[in-house]
Amino acid sequence: MRFIFKTSYDQDIRLARHGGHVFWYGLLVAFLIVAPWVIDEYWLAQLTFVLIYGIVGLGLMLLAGFTGQFSIGHAAFLGAGAYTQGVLTNLGVPFPIALIAAAALSAAVGVVVALPALRVKGIYLGIATLSFGFIVEEVFARWDSVTGGNSGLHVKSPQLFGWSLGSGNGFYFLCLVVAVLSTLGILNLLRSPTGRAFVAIRDSEISAQSMGIHLARYKTMSFAISAALAGLGGALYAHKLSFISPDQFNILQSIDLLLMVVIGGLGSVHGAFLGAIFLIAMPQLISMGKDWLPPVIGQAPGLQGLVYGLVLIAFVLFEPLGLYGRWLKIRTWLQLFPFYRKGLFKRQKSFTKSDRLR
Amino acid sequence: MSSSDILLSAKDLSVRFGGVLAVNKVSFDVRRGEVFTLIGPNGAGKTTVFNLISRIYTPTMGEITWHGEAAGPLALTHQAPHAIAALGIARTFQNIELFEHATVLHNLLIGRHTHRQTGFWSEVFFTPATRRAEIAAREKAERVIELLDLQHHRDSMVAGLPYGVRKVVELARALCTEPKLLLLDEPSSGLNVEETADMAFWIQDIQQELGVSVLMVEHDMSLVSKVSDRVLAMNMGEVLATGTPREVQADARVIEAYLGTVDDVSSLRRVAP
Amino acid sequence: MQILQLLLSGIAQGCIYGLIALGFVLIYKATETVSFAQGDLMMLGAFGAFAGMSLFGLPFWLAAILAVVAMAAFGVLLELVVIRPILGQPQFSIVMLTIGIAYVARGLITMVPGIGTDTHTLAVPYKDQIWKLGGLVVNLEQLAIIIATAILCGLLFAMFRYSKLGIAMQASSQNQLAAYYMGIPVKRLNGLVWGLAAAVAAIAGMLLAPITFVHANMGFIGLKAFPAAVVGGFGSLPGAIVGGLVIGIVESFAGFYLPDGFKDTAPYIVVLLMLMIKPNGLFGEKLRKKV
Repeated sequence: MRFIFKTSYDQDIRLARHGGHVFWYGLLVAFLIVAPWVIDEYWLAQLTFVLIYGIVGLGLMLLAGFTGQFSIGHAAFLGAGAYTQGVLTNLGVPFPIALIAAAALSAAVGVVVALPALRVKGIYLGIATLSFGFIVEEVFARWDSVTGGNSGLHVKSPQLFGWSLGSGNGFYFLCLVVAVLSTLGILNLLRSPTGRAFVAIRDSEISAQSMGIHLARYKTMSFAISAALAGLGGALYAHKLSFISPDQFNILQSIDLLLMVVIGGLGSVHGAFLGAIFLIAMPQLISMGKDWLPPVIGQAPGLQGLVYGLVLIAFVLFEPLGLYGRWLKIRTWLQLFPFYRKGLFKRQKSFTKSDRLR
Repeated sequence: MSSSDILLSAKDLSVRFGGVLAVNKVSFDVRRGEVFTLIGPNGAGKTTVFNLISRIYTPTMGEITWHGEAAGPLALTHQAPHAIAALGIARTFQNIELFEHATVLHNLLIGRHTHRQTGFWSEVFFTPATRRAEIAAREKAERVIELLDLQHHRDSMVAGLPYGVRKVVELARALCTEPKLLLLDEPSSGLNVEETADMAFWIQDIQQELGVSVLMVEHDMSLVSKVSDRVLAMNMGEVLATGTPREVQADARVIEAYLGTVDDVSSLRRVAP
Repeated sequence: MQILQLLLSGIAQGCIYGLIALGFVLIYKATETVSFAQGDLMMLGAFGAFAGMSLFGLPFWLAAILAVVAMAAFGVLLELVVIRPILGQPQFSIVMLTIGIAYVARGLITMVPGIGTDTHTLAVPYKDQIWKLGGLVVNLEQLAIIIATAILCGLLFAMFRYSKLGIAMQASSQNQLAAYYMGIPVKRLNGLVWGLAAAVAAIAGMLLAPITFVHANMGFIGLKAFPAAVVGGFGSLPGAIVGGLVIGIVESFAGFYLPDGFKDTAPYIVVLLMLMIKPNGLFGEKLRKKV
């Protein structure tokens, strides 16, 4: 069991709270750096996808998990970034500039989406973002001249200072760097006044206001940052797939993103990446497991949807804190062994109480 | 008593919700450094007055003027709700509006928001200036924790804390904004005798050591008598009487509307020193 | 004449949206949770009727009634097994749960060998019949939708107005613990409401089947019902129908008069306008916490 003896406020502010953190995260970073030479190409590609979805998940986690604004149309931002990157790269714009433009444009779309969001809450906000998602998807499909419409858009591979990053190792490192920087940025925000303001808005808007937090400004900021990260992820996504089309950014993709943050663990940065791992690993696990199932189940086209649905239901019912929550429980069990009690993480039984006023 | 003594003044304040006149031509002044209490039966409009000052509601008539700014008197009715804290007015809520999924320390640090000195980009990169600002905020929060004895709850999630502690955290969070005027909505409701006595001491400390003026809504008449400098009694949205605690408690209309008969009140009356 | 034609098809389509939205609003009024599974419950209802007719060889009306009853039972079962344990959790978790239910429903249907992946026709008695009223071409399928919706609304209205159910539902949604204390059988009530919502969805599915045919992705129409519920105001039953009609009519006219692509996005544009002008919908509630 670990006892942390605190002697300075800095220990509470630091990102790595104690030696154990430094050790394990150091190990993780070391593994990620040598990955291209340790694991084979196929799995490296999957890892790259995990990083890309992790970046998007970070954004959605910030918006939904930390600011409490649930966006059911998040794929719109992913698409905005992907298409901006695709169009600009095909026009010959240098890669770093295109990347920044993709993030900036997505952030601008985020600000536009935030406008109705400022006035509504809860399910109305969800429907507003859902609506935006549909409208943006339709724009991708109809604006043939720019986006290539329903026949899709081929995206040239990224060039950085003359190196072709293409797919493979170079691109993997690019994604790794972007993912690490985004994570550090978000972690920094969360331990500063801005991050705390987001959490305040999630927990009680009225008292956040009475503490001097400008609701509109911070909600817009949260949407903008979240959209920028999604746009960044989208840009990398476009290069990775080298071909994008509007139906990759539809409602199903938006729900996948939500699935990712919910199963990962709402309200934690770890949750974004754990959720991304889940999202990429699940189809692999299903196809590996198919061989063991009787053909009538294994070969059925609906199997993936069924498994996703069951896993989602299982998590909401039994593990609302998500994968990260489960990890916390396991870690506590290991730390407190053999004194762990089931009641440590017990959820309070609660009853629905309405916030509505007729 | 010169006008520079007045910190907050309300004049003919009225607010109507549909057909209901919740507050009707209420006028009062809060002087610098005093503890001013609103008493009255439930539904009298006391919390509504608070909500008008915090700009949760907008008055249909009348005005609230803030004299706490060096630049001159400021009409609060034109301010946005989030600007009130920056002026130096903090409040607690009757039914506790804490940030449930954050620790006590986090709640207090959120209270420091109006004193934030860092911009967005310096926070993203967590510059040394941001680090210094964080430590400074933490130090201020720690002083409040020390004043209110919240040390062993510092890292507890608010959602799991008992009611009495949450009331104190509400107070602590309001104090972290370094207010000039503190609005306390029923600070002793739900507290036992010992906790109420602590609350009385804290209110006196806040007034005398921190120099903060207090506007309070309260039902516990012994607490009211102990800490208040002046009292205003309300009923059905209107003012019944204003004056020292003793004067108001002796007022016949107040007794009839709220306190009970003369016989009942004598047991509540503060014993003269 | 063209306008009347468009109006008619808009109203018919709008009734479908309205019925699905009615299901949402019923569940929302009783438990303040939003169910994203209504569209897929509708799809299951349509498949149920189809199965009744093609697998068991039942006549249409019998298959229809059995499908409705079966779906109602399924709704009650769903509530019992899946929804009840998580009541009291944040709204968002419950929404994700219903999304999970929708996935499971779609997945299970697609896995049924042979039937799941194909598109089927439901042999309704009024299929492909057309009346000509003056210059107006009235498709009997559309007429059936409108009449059935009107009857259903009348029944529901009577039930809520003249029984204690409506009040009990509102009480339990506003403060569940207090409703328990008042002797309201909250759990049974929730089960009843889900059963009712599922039954309404099943009826909508059978009405829609002649127009869109029975297939596993029918449920996506349910997504258009959300704008309907928002336009009407989420807490209002008549609002759901009115909202549905508005969306249906807008869609119908947009499809004809506006360029390609606006037909599908028109409902969503309407929603956004509504949220900016009247955030709580036409008949909606005030969402404000009293401090």
